[in-house]
Amino acid sequence: MTPATTILELRNASKRFGDQQVLRDVNLTVSRGETLVVIGESGCGKSVTMKLLIGLLKPTSGLALFEDRPLTDRSERELSQDRQRFGYLFQGAALFDSLNVYENIAFPLRQNTVLPEEKIQAIVEERILEVGLPTSVCRKKPAQLSGGMKKRVGLARALALVPEIMMYDEPTTGLDPIMSDVINNLILQTRRRRPVTSIVVTHDMTTVRKVADRVVMFFPLPRLDPDEPQIIFEGTAEEAFASEDPRVSQFVHGEAGERMRELSVA
Amino acid sequence: MASVTNPVDRTGPIHFLGKLTLASVEVVGDVTIFFTNILFWATTRLPRRRVLLPSLYQTGVLSLPVVIVTGGFIGMVLAVQTYDQFRLMHMETKLGAIINISLVKELGPVLAATMLAGRVGSAIAAELGTMRVTEQIDALSAMGANPVNYLVVPRFLACFTLIPLLTIVADATGILGGWFLSSYVLGINSHHYWHHAIEYVGPYDLFCGMFKSTFFGAAIAVVACHRGFNCTAGAEGVGRAATEAFVFSFVLILALDFALGAFLQGLYYALWPSYGGGVVLHTDPVTVLTQFA
Repeated sequence: MTPATTILELRNASKRFGDQQVLRDVNLTVSRGETLVVIGESGCGKSVTMKLLIGLLKPTSGLALFEDRPLTDRSERELSQDRQRFGYLFQGAALFDSLNVYENIAFPLRQNTVLPEEKIQAIVEERILEVGLPTSVCRKKPAQLSGGMKKRVGLARALALVPEIMMYDEPTTGLDPIMSDVINNLILQTRRRRPVTSIVVTHDMTTVRKVADRVVMFFPLPRLDPDEPQIIFEGTAEEAFASEDPRVSQFVHGEAGERMRELSVA
Repeated sequence: MASVTNPVDRTGPIHFLGKLTLASVEVVGDVTIFFTNILFWATTRLPRRRVLLPSLYQTGVLSLPVVIVTGGFIGMVLAVQTYDQFRLMHMETKLGAIINISLVKELGPVLAATMLAGRVGSAIAAELGTMRVTEQIDALSAMGANPVNYLVVPRFLACFTLIPLLTIVADATGILGGWFLSSYVLGINSHHYWHHAIEYVGPYDLFCGMFKSTFFGAAIAVVACHRGFNCTAGAEGVGRAATEAFVFSFVLILALDFALGAFLQGLYYALWPSYGGGVVLHTDPVTVLTQFA
């Protein structure tokens, strides 16, 4: 068996916003073709980690590498070209309010290719059907869609350019259980249909069980000892659920435990 | 061995002054970099038609009614306010001159800019601010589009190119408003009104107003887009961005009006020294500016 190649990496990456340090010396690798799920409490830096990996944010110190080359070494044009190989499903879908569904999904195609409009239309319709929506939603504005539909349109847009790397930022947050399962199945379907590397940031343990090849858990810096690494767990989903570390165990089983007392003291 | 140091008290007036200075320098530097970025994209890759046209429509066409109404009323107010003083000196027939010169050189550009800052500047800041907090700007970057090129350049070009035209509209409606009130309410002969209006307003005055307005338009777009891009999370953040966009651009409009007014006056005397009259004037515009500074 050939060893998996690293496609994305954070090397001693730290991120600070003003006085607030969010990430400290994080080391993380993502192998080509795997599905990495990042879990952790709100505010522990999961979404920031994903934005560092795609170059939407720059690390305050340390490096973010894509195919063994730091993102900070790349010109704006190179970064722009590299990002066409990524698909990013944002937490709130981040659909452009001023554009309708069709224009939203067509956006990356119009922006990055010179395809004729007929071809763009064919791709848009294919993606809409792929995420289980009727083509009649094309003319609707994002404001007219439900949360689940927005997520699916966001996914269709992220898949428009057939990305090599898919990033999902809390794909099931705010959705009902059925719609959450639909999204989880779409993540699996995407992986089955094309050789894609996936990074999923989530709080949803069903997603963890269903899609993860590997799980990493981040812990909020304020409650961490100064010399302790911020990634407190790395392993498979089964190992996460069987973990004896109370911080991991309580999180994956959804138990407040010591946290309740800490919060009442605070 | 690590030494333990007492934390420094950072709440005193000196620290406050230091923080204020650092914050000011940071904002000025940030806006300068932002403006340079806009100029880079505006000169290297023009926005696509489907992106530029809506911005031109929003900024130009939709601003027309408010500019027309404001211009018309200001022209009439000028006529009402100056009529009594001019009548005391038996110069009421020259009312056209004072109304028109005030409008063309000063009030037209400043009013058009103020209306643009209120109507378009705040809307830009609120729209971009909402896009920032809902991650739409990040989504643009993630899809290989440059947010400055896609969002800011069209708005900048719209403000920069259309504000001179809006200024002309404000001037024209103001002049017509002033003429209407002077002729039909205050009883001044139309012939005298227009005769003095033409006599005292030259092409240079018109140029001054339009030249200043391009700076106002650029300032409004840069400030509004910068505030929107740096919007903090939540409805409060978007509201603050919209308010700051108007307040900051209005202050900047007045400051630019003063600086450009002084510069253009100096330039006028440098170009046409014989029109300096008996007043001791500095013919070098740089000297004039330095004197004001």
